[in-house]
Parts: sequence; structure tokens; C-alpha cells
Amino acid sequence: VIASFVVTDTYYLVLASLVFTVGAVGLLLRRNVIVMFMCIELMLNAVNLTFVTFARTLDDLGGQVIVFFTLVVAASEVAVGLAIIVAIFRRRRHATADDVNLLRG
Amino acid sequence: MREVLFFLMGALALGGAVGVVLARNPVHSALFLVQTLMAVAVLFLLQDADLVAAVQVIVYASAIVVLFLFVIMLIGVDRREAFEEPIKIQRPAALAIGAIIVAEIVYLSGHEWATGLQGYHGTIARVPDDKIAGAGNVERLAQVLFTDFLWPFQLTALLLVIAVVGAVVLARRSGQRAEDVIDAEPADQPSDAPSSVDAAEGAGE
Repeated sequence: VIASFVVTDTYYLVLASLVFTVGAVGLLLRRNVIVMFMCIELMLNAVNLTFVTFARTLDDLGGQVIVFFTLVVAASEVAVGLAIIVAIFRRRRHATADDVNLLRG
Repeated sequence: MREVLFFLMGALALGGAVGVVLARNPVHSALFLVQTLMAVAVLFLLQDADLVAAVQVIVYASAIVVLFLFVIMLIGVDRREAFEEPIKIQRPAALAIGAIIVAEIVYLSGHEWATGLQGYHGTIARVPDDKIAGAGNVERLAQVLFTDFLWPFQLTALLLVIAVVGAVVLARRSGQRAEDVIDAEPADQPSDAPSSVDAAEGAGE
């Protein structure tokens, strides 16, 4: 049974969707801004895994190139986002998402 | 072998993802994030994406996570989070939305997706009569990146420059007025300032 078992691309897609979901739920559950950022990284990584899976399935290197662009966007996002967190933290001594409610109606 | 590796790395990736969400201490979250990123890098390797796996380890698991850890060290470990929940319905709603997301994505992944043209940007598999004979994944990827994707590749350089300039502008101190700093700091400092002692306690749990 084990010898004939093959991991198809559907396994990778399901794994990526599970990691994406954990990231999305974590983004909604946590309120520490840094952990929320990490959850966004999880979601981006799950999407990267999907791209690589499709690149292999379709035999198209474009999928792997897109992963590079995702990485660049993720790196810029983290740099700017963490700078924003540091700037917020300088004004008020903690970084919790619910405290940034100046625009509340 | 590939099957065993897939399930091992899949379990590690998923466990790390759950750990990122559930860990109380942000430092632990960052370390769980490293676990997930490394496992995903191995999954990339399993799928003939050598260069992407290397970049994943170098850029993500080192540079980005180190950036996270730097900021955590800079602002301290804030453990006030767990004790208050301003929006009562948020937690069950988040879990329900998560269940819906996983249901629909898993449902879709068993189907034929809209996939577009095949092999349009160069193939992963080695073909004998290739222009760059005997080239590995790195050479193939470079060829595609510097021909078909040259313009987007140049734009990423612009994006990185903008991000760096933005980060420096946001993080520097001199934009802040002096009286704001004097007003803000003594008032908030004693109550919930996460000191280095606090961080050390959190790491020891």
C-alpha cells in the first residue's frame, strides 16, 4: 500500500490551504501587531507554496518567478510595517491593534 | 522517500503555523515561524524549486525573522494581550471564518482549476535539446527572470528602494515634536512598559 502511494499536487494544495487558513484565523484572533504580521507572513508563504506547486504541475517556471516577487513584496511590507510599529510604540508604550483607534467613528 | 518527507515537513509546517498563532510570547511565535519557513523550504526542494528554497531560507527564515526579533527586542514582550477581549464575537467569528475558508479552499483544490497556458515561461523539466544544455533550476530561472520578467524585476528594485526610504522616514525620531515625547513617556512608563526583565520572564516560561 505504501509503495504505491503517491503525493500528488492536491496534497500540496491542501497543505497550503491549511497553512493559509491558520494564518488567516491567527490574524483575526491575535491582537499583538507583531504576531499579526507573522500571520500575514504565514499566509504569503502558503500562497508561495501554491505557486511552486502549480509551477511544477504545469511545468511553467513563471510560478517560481512569481514567488520571488512575492518575497520582495513581503520584505518591503515587513520593513515598512515594523517601522510603523516602532513609530506607534514610541508614542504609546505598547503595540496592540485595538489601541490604535483614533479614527473610530 | 518523497512521501515520507512530504508528510513530515507538512506536519512541521502546520505545527509551526499553529504555534505562531497560539504562542503567548512573540519570541516563541517568531521561532515557530522559522520552523514553518524551513519546512516550506524543504517542500520547495521536493518540487524542483532549488533557488526558491535557498532564497526562502536566506531571505525569509533569516533576514525577515531577524527583523521581527529585532523589533520584539526593541519594544519588549507585551503580554497584556490575553486578558481583554473588546469585541466579544470576534473569537468565534474568526474560527467560523477559518472553517469556511478551509472548507472552500480544500473543496476547490480537488477540482480542475483554471490554469492558463502550459509551459509558457520555460519548463522546469530538463529537455535534451535545450538552449542552455545541462542547466539546472538556477540557470533556467535566471533566463526566465531576465528575459520574460525583466520589467517586473526592475520594478521590484524600485519597490525595495521605496520601502527602505519609507522605513527610514517612519523610524527616525526627529519628526516628532519634543513636547510630545516629554508628555507621553513619564505618564505611560511605569504601568505597562515591557522592560527587559519582563521579556526575560516571558522567555523562561
